[in-house]
Amino acid sequence: MVGTVDAPERSDDRALVARLRDGDEQTFADLVDGWSGWMLRLARQHVQTQSLAEEVVQETWLAVLEGLDRFRGESALRTWVYRILLNQAKRRGVRESRSVPFASLAPEEQGPTVDPQRFQGPAEPHPGGWRQFPEEWPEQVVLTREVHEVVAEALTELPDRQRAVVALRDLDGHTSEEVCELLDISAGNQRVLLHRGRAVVRAHLETYFATVPSTRSEVTDDV
Amino acid sequence: MTCEEFVELVTSYLDGTLPADERRAFDEHLALCPGCDRYLVQFRQTIDLLGELPQESLSSPVREQLLTAFAAWRRTSDTDGA
Repeated sequence: MVGTVDAPERSDDRALVARLRDGDEQTFADLVDGWSGWMLRLARQHVQTQSLAEEVVQETWLAVLEGLDRFRGESALRTWVYRILLNQAKRRGVRESRSVPFASLAPEEQGPTVDPQRFQGPAEPHPGGWRQFPEEWPEQVVLTREVHEVVAEALTELPDRQRAVVALRDLDGHTSEEVCELLDISAGNQRVLLHRGRAVVRAHLETYFATVPSTRSEVTDDV
Repeated sequence: MTCEEFVELVTSYLDGTLPADERRAFDEHLALCPGCDRYLVQFRQTIDLLGELPQESLSSPVREQLLTAFAAWRRTSDTDGA
């Protein structure tokens, strides 16, 4: 996963905080660079614009510095920073009147994640079996610029809650426990949102690969 | 387990949260069904591709402001002098 300070142990947290208190600028810069990505994404759940999200993240870091002496290591540093972020974001979010309730699942967040038409019906030989297997993808799927765009766009199109969970898990490398705590959702809802979001992104890729001739990878450089 | 059921359990399977009997049924189905095997492979590839997206980052002016704020904060805590 990306980032230099992923999933730190508590003792690492204490060492990190000690270095910050000692005024180690490199430690602070690494932390800002490593964590601001997921912080921006989470802030964006609560405010309308990217620049507001950036303000929220900036205010959060300032509040972290102010409060650092109060950090006792009872929760992970990441969780502690996140709670501060959430407070900052919610203050903005209320002002921007766009808060996303995370407690329960909406009807559109339930139901099958693969089109039921792709499976055989009760009257067919193998009810619930594939009508046709998914098409094979290129053996080595590499993140070409086009594939990158497909994935990024699919992510953008996801409903907010699904995007938040997918981004936190798959882009930022948080564990499911962390995501539940960060977003204040149950393990079951976390899993449903994650699975649904991933399935949508897979479907986008499927559509994309179906339109790309398999020889394409050999000529992409010329395009 | 049908294919239609299989595709809904992939994330639970990958997270290791399926109960033992469901996990066994999942593995058995996987061994016998090329379509679901392919689906699982593609699901994993999707997750890998998501993981390769670049992280968002702060704009450099904001980053600079934060580093300046850190330096100022350090000086303040020095003068507070513990």
